[in-house]
Amino acid sequence: MFLADVVGTVVSPVQIRALDGRKLLIVRPVKPDGTPTAKTRIAVDTVQAGVGDRVLVLDEGNGGRQILGDPKAPVKTLVVGVVDYVEGAQGLAYDARARSSRP
Amino acid sequence: MYLARVTGRLVATHKYEGLEGVPLQLIQPLDEHGNAMGAQLVACAAVSSGPGDLVHFVDGREAALACPKSFVPVDAAIIGFVEQAVANGVRLGGSR
Amino acid sequence: MLIGKVVGSVVATRKDEKLEGRKLLVVQVHNHENKPTEQYVVAADSVQAGIGDMVLYATGSSARQTHATENRPVDAVVMAVVDSWDLGGANVYEKWSGR
Repeated sequence: MFLADVVGTVVSPVQIRALDGRKLLIVRPVKPDGTPTAKTRIAVDTVQAGVGDRVLVLDEGNGGRQILGDPKAPVKTLVVGVVDYVEGAQGLAYDARARSSRP
Repeated sequence: MYLARVTGRLVATHKYEGLEGVPLQLIQPLDEHGNAMGAQLVACAAVSSGPGDLVHFVDGREAALACPKSFVPVDAAIIGFVEQAVANGVRLGGSR
Repeated sequence: MLIGKVVGSVVATRKDEKLEGRKLLVVQVHNHENKPTEQYVVAADSVQAGIGDMVLYATGSSARQTHATENRPVDAVVMAVVDSWDLGGANVYEKWSGR
């Protein structure tokens, strides 16, 4: 799993059955301080996350299919948590409660 | 799973059994600004799409699950046609 | 999958026993414009490809999803012989034209 920022949404009217009714988010993997670390990807939302949230992303098929309850779903990237705060050695590295408003 | 733009079509008559009739397309992965991200690759099209279309695709073993037969050596599959993607408040176009 | 050209084959007498009898091909990766890159992979064959063929190869655990590679220590497999491809409507490669 990795930390990521939700930077956008995807509207996909035609897609495989396993994704019907699922919300897709554009997520950018980040370090706790917010620096991007890897390629931007698309994740299936399972926790009602939104743009501006820092989230926990699972990028592994077996676990993903367990969460979706569909052993045949061709899906591997899922948003599985909304991060409240990240604690580092120097105190809080990220704190959602400190954000004044959602962008 | 990643965003991508379909850039072309590829024809291969002689391919691994079980992949007959599965269209192959060249795609360019895109970042959240709609810029090219990495090299172009070939993906199986599990949903119909053509050159210029904005799509999303899955990589790795999961890609084979999107094909009609799932025991196939496929590591990338287009699994959705994107009508609209919005990132950082900017709309990335759909079909082009 | 990536496009490549079969430029050779590998023979190794001492190898994991699960690789015995498998044909291993040296594939030079080509980009979408059919320009050869400096990247080479060794891939198992599942479609009887030969030297000079333009092929598609799959990597990772997907490469083990053929009868020739199932449960074997293989991370790349040639899974199609390319006939042609085009980019934005313009033909880039055509097998029969010998380009």
